[in-house]
Amino acid sequence: MTQRFVIIGTGVAGIAAAQAIRQQLPQASITLIGDEPDLYYSRPGLAYYLTKELPESSLFPIRRSALQKLNIGIVHGRAAQIDPDAHRIQLANGQNLPYDRLLIATGASAALPKLPGTELEGVVKLDNLADTRHIIKLARKTRTAVVIGGGITALEIVEGLAARKIAVHYLLRRDRYWSSVLEDEESRVIETRLREEGVQIHYHTQATQITEKRGRVAGVLMQDGRQIPCQMVAIAVGIRPRLELAAAIGLRMERGILVNEFLQTSQPDIYAAGDVAQVFDPLTGYYNMDSLWGPARQQGYIAGLNMAGGQSPYQKLAPFNVTRLAGLTTTIIGAVGNGQDDDLVGIARGDSETWRQLPAAIAAQKGFDINRMRVMVGSQFLIGAIVMGDQTLSLPLQHLIAEKADITAIRDDLLNPQANLSETLLDFWTSWRNDYATQ
Amino acid sequence: MSLKNLFRHENTRRQALVKGYVVPETARCVQCGICSYHCPIEIDVRLHAWLGQSVKDRHCLTCGECVARCPRGVLSFEVTRFFDERGNA
Ligand SMILES: Cc1cc2nc3c(=O)[nH]c(=O)nc-3n(C[C@H](O)[C@H](O)[C@H](O)COP(=O)(O)OP(=O)(O)OC[C@H]3O[C@@H](n4cnc5c(N)ncnc54)[C@H](O)[C@@H]3O)c2cc1C
Repeated sequence: MTQRFVIIGTGVAGIAAAQAIRQQLPQASITLIGDEPDLYYSRPGLAYYLTKELPESSLFPIRRSALQKLNIGIVHGRAAQIDPDAHRIQLANGQNLPYDRLLIATGASAALPKLPGTELEGVVKLDNLADTRHIIKLARKTRTAVVIGGGITALEIVEGLAARKIAVHYLLRRDRYWSSVLEDEESRVIETRLREEGVQIHYHTQATQITEKRGRVAGVLMQDGRQIPCQMVAIAVGIRPRLELAAAIGLRMERGILVNEFLQTSQPDIYAAGDVAQVFDPLTGYYNMDSLWGPARQQGYIAGLNMAGGQSPYQKLAPFNVTRLAGLTTTIIGAVGNGQDDDLVGIARGDSETWRQLPAAIAAQKGFDINRMRVMVGSQFLIGAIVMGDQTLSLPLQHLIAEKADITAIRDDLLNPQANLSETLLDFWTSWRNDYATQ
Repeated sequence: MSLKNLFRHENTRRQALVKGYVVPETARCVQCGICSYHCPIEIDVRLHAWLGQSVKDRHCLTCGECVARCPRGVLSFEVTRFFDERGNA
């Protein structure tokens, strides 16, 4: 009998899994269930749609027709329930779908803070294409907006609104931006640039209520009694994995669905991948959450291979993201962080738990003007890095950290404030790459 | 804000007008599509990046527009060793 594979979620993890299964099993029945009418699009690309750098029509890398050509079935709807004993899924519209192997790739959605007024018209988040369209539509009637939250998404919204000529107030609970990942001076660079763009930053500020006028946002009330009148409030305080389906059938989970290195949940025929999964890393013995597009793709692909009968372990690479913070291109690799951030609950989009781990390493720094670089130097390897502005060293550092290049020979130079950090790294990478290529 | 970047990109662009082809570093790509959007002859550069394939399309003008526009440094220009090899032959 043909095997039936069902995938819940049409994000990158789901798409990569479907492609992997099809690669392995040309005859198998594969069905994708997705609750977004737009099917698959580049979620990170939404930020560029918001800043008007991309038209909506450019957001679709793989279209419905391409999936249909691969004979991948597409069901538009919300999966409401899994019956693991009967191997069956029930959709919200009552339809039933049988499966032999199932992948849960339901991603994550924005967490809402406990703040009166979040249900009002004019309160927005940035999870998906529908949210982005909604923000763009509201932006036409908005003069002033308040942004609450932290991490990359908060700034993507700030930038998008600023690009649409909206006066933006950005509220920070403490004294600086993204304190769990950035160091003090790095936060200051970003904040200075935001101010130059006309964004008003409010430090040590907490919203206590979103006020209304006829069901619409009228302003934000703050703990010191001040009020900012506005027509839009954007919230980006972090995300929550969409765990409802897994919770209802008692799959093992913590912050996400726990999966082994083969992406298998506590039920052998059910797999999970992407933002919803908390993945076992045999190297550290921990289960990790990332909200990163690259790992979601990789996990989806590996889950697909294993669902099709393979035995491929997922190998976690140093988490990595290139983003723009206040217009400044910033690469974040590996472990660089400082722990807590009061502007975020849990993890944010484009974020990795690994970044916050305090690495057993010494920071080598180089900074002048807006171009900054911080490299976390371990005893034998580089453990993490942040490159802001000039990106010459972004790719070399990504390679050296991901491949765990032995840096013993240059370690003293890296930590010598008199030595030229960039040159040392660039020279080392050039020769390392030549050796690596000839291995 | 992104204007400064644009100027920097212009520099890269001029430097890129040499013989060679565009190579993606797939791990950095999030399929946003800015590369394909800016390709003057509509090569689907994004698809190449997804598949991890160099853009060895004979129509490619090697103008470097996609390399310069990519916000995440996915694309780079690999110069073909055509002249070197000939010279050394
Ligand atoms: C604005 C923005 C910018 C980002 N920028 C970056 C970046 O620069 N770099 C980076 O690495 N990452 C970035 N990310 C994060 C990245 O997009 C995610 O890590 C990635 O999309 C996760 O893929 P996924 O397939 O696990 O989940 P998703 O892409 O979230 O897909 C899950 C899909 O499942 C659907 N679904 C959920 N439940 C059900 C159900 N019960 N039935 C049917 N369908 C369901 C959802 O609607 C969704 O379509 C960004 C995200 C956003 C929103």
